[in-house]
Amino acid sequence: MMARIKSSKLIWPLLALIVLLALNGFFTPGFFHIEIKSGRFYGHIIDIMNQAAPVMLLSLGMTLVIATGGVDLSVGAVMAISGAVMALLTGKSGVFMPAGLLLTLILCVIAGTWNGLLVSAFDIQPIVATLILMVAGRGIAQLLTQGQILTFHDSSFAFIGSGSFAGLPFSVTVVLVWLAVTAVLSRATAIGMFVESIGDNTKASRYAGISVNTVKLFVYAFSGLCAGMAGLLVASGVNAADSNNAGLYYELDAILAVIVGGTAMSGGRFSLIGSMIGALIIQTLTTSIRAQNVPVEFALVVKAIVALAVFLLQSDAFNKMFAGRKAGV
Amino acid sequence: MKTRKILAVMVLLLATAMCMSACSKKEKAGGKLVVGFSQVGAESSWRTAETESIRSEAEKRGIELKFSDAQQKQENQIKAIRSFIAQGVKAIVLAPVVETGWEPVLMEAKRAKIPVILVDRGVNVSDDTLYSTLIASDFVAEGRMAAEWMVKKLNGKGNIVELQGTPGAAPAIDRKKGFEEIIKKYPDMKVVKSQTGDFTRTKGKEVMQTFLSSAKAENVKIDAVYAHNDDMALGAIQAIEEAGLKPGTDIVIVSIDGVKDAFLAMIDGKLNATVECNPLLGPMAFDAVKAALGGETLPKKTVVKDSVFDQTNAKQTLPDRKY
Repeated sequence: MMARIKSSKLIWPLLALIVLLALNGFFTPGFFHIEIKSGRFYGHIIDIMNQAAPVMLLSLGMTLVIATGGVDLSVGAVMAISGAVMALLTGKSGVFMPAGLLLTLILCVIAGTWNGLLVSAFDIQPIVATLILMVAGRGIAQLLTQGQILTFHDSSFAFIGSGSFAGLPFSVTVVLVWLAVTAVLSRATAIGMFVESIGDNTKASRYAGISVNTVKLFVYAFSGLCAGMAGLLVASGVNAADSNNAGLYYELDAILAVIVGGTAMSGGRFSLIGSMIGALIIQTLTTSIRAQNVPVEFALVVKAIVALAVFLLQSDAFNKMFAGRKAGV
Repeated sequence: MKTRKILAVMVLLLATAMCMSACSKKEKAGGKLVVGFSQVGAESSWRTAETESIRSEAEKRGIELKFSDAQQKQENQIKAIRSFIAQGVKAIVLAPVVETGWEPVLMEAKRAKIPVILVDRGVNVSDDTLYSTLIASDFVAEGRMAAEWMVKKLNGKGNIVELQGTPGAAPAIDRKKGFEEIIKKYPDMKVVKSQTGDFTRTKGKEVMQTFLSSAKAENVKIDAVYAHNDDMALGAIQAIEEAGLKPGTDIVIVSIDGVKDAFLAMIDGKLNATVECNPLLGPMAFDAVKAALGGETLPKKTVVKDSVFDQTNAKQTLPDRKY
């Protein structure tokens, strides 16, 4: 049992999260303080779960993409498109809310499929292929909204980003449900194994009879869907579509979350739970910087130092250096 | 395969060329005064309002305006100015995207004896005769006005949280400075937390959520929010509502810019006041053009008069709000 825990890749991100929370417990007054008001919980911990939700959704799709040895830089731009389309459909044209949601998500799947096509059928390097949509996608979103912030109000849509369910922000429910869906999809079927196999060795997978292109197409389309959901969450949180800023740099947070969570950029084995923990680490850090009132000029440096520390903990070479000294090997 | 590729590129080039010739279709000016205007882009409603103001004022005065949208790129602006000079405009209005790198092209304009009027942002040049005047808002003064309104509303007593703009941006630095200048004079007023919300609604909301949770845990009462722009204030309003409090009543909110959504929020009683950062620079810009062409020496900076709007006058102003 102990050996299994020790060998698990999950131990390091989990440890990092626990250390971060413990430090906050000491230094941030009332960090674990939770208040119940009209059937809803409030507190820093709740805020962290709520605010990490968009990056958590993104990192679910990103985990699968990275596990195939790829990367999806376009998710932030797809978030902007998703918010803009929803604002135009339901906000401006008065399309029935669930229909608007569905249409928006279909569009985001198409956007993801485009990435998948470039990567699989045209064999373009993922970082280049998705860079195209990263740049063009934000442009498309800006065209859709004519560069303006579109404010709209639809109370059922607003519930997604602002409402609460079982005392917690509704976004937490969205993440949990989507995590379950992704886990079942990848682990209860063979897809997860195919993904890992392609990430480990694409050629061998092809010879083994795995339809590499189909699997790649699927993971990028799925990442587009996750990005669409994250975009809707963000737009609904502020009742507005802001094409210039929605999802800006979120792709970097999502990639960071996946890597901190123990999935290697080179592909292969992945851990969805690890990515969730990674996203929580990033958000805990952001929240503690804000709660501690760290001067804004230092905030990014602090973030970078913590990320570096987690990477070092995970680095085999780094661990060997210290393990070697202790055991005298 | 190769020939098809070349063909495709050629068609693309042709289409681009046709597009460009259609855009730069030359019209005879018929004795009208011709002025060139190089705008940064259309990235915000504020910017669109500024463009609209300059366009409509030109029309009103019977001036032919040559308009160029630089899409946030300095090289496009430099190209536009060169083409204005080549077309022989009488004056140039420029909203520079950045502060540096303007000397060569402004020198060309000066040699052609074309006066340049800067609007809303300054340039960094060693020779200040390269432009006639800068027409812009004073961000520090805006911060002061926001602080003064807040002091009056809270009777000089209370805890304030501040939502800063993007670190390093001129409006963020100056609006913080101006606000602090006034607040310092009131020992019972304190900025208890100050973090950046990057001028966006989502970040404004997130930071405010953290502030509210901290306040509860530390047992501090937040009396007021000062946001460096309206969008962050609108995000903060959402956070306050979700926390079960009444924005505008339980917590006083003052921000800067004066966009339409801020006025709607004031009418709903959720925002208390906004300091307008006036984008309607058209009349002032063409007054300056007229003066410069008449040979007058203008002051190097003309400050746009900004004013505070609050819930008492939001309703009358809203119908005129174009941005």
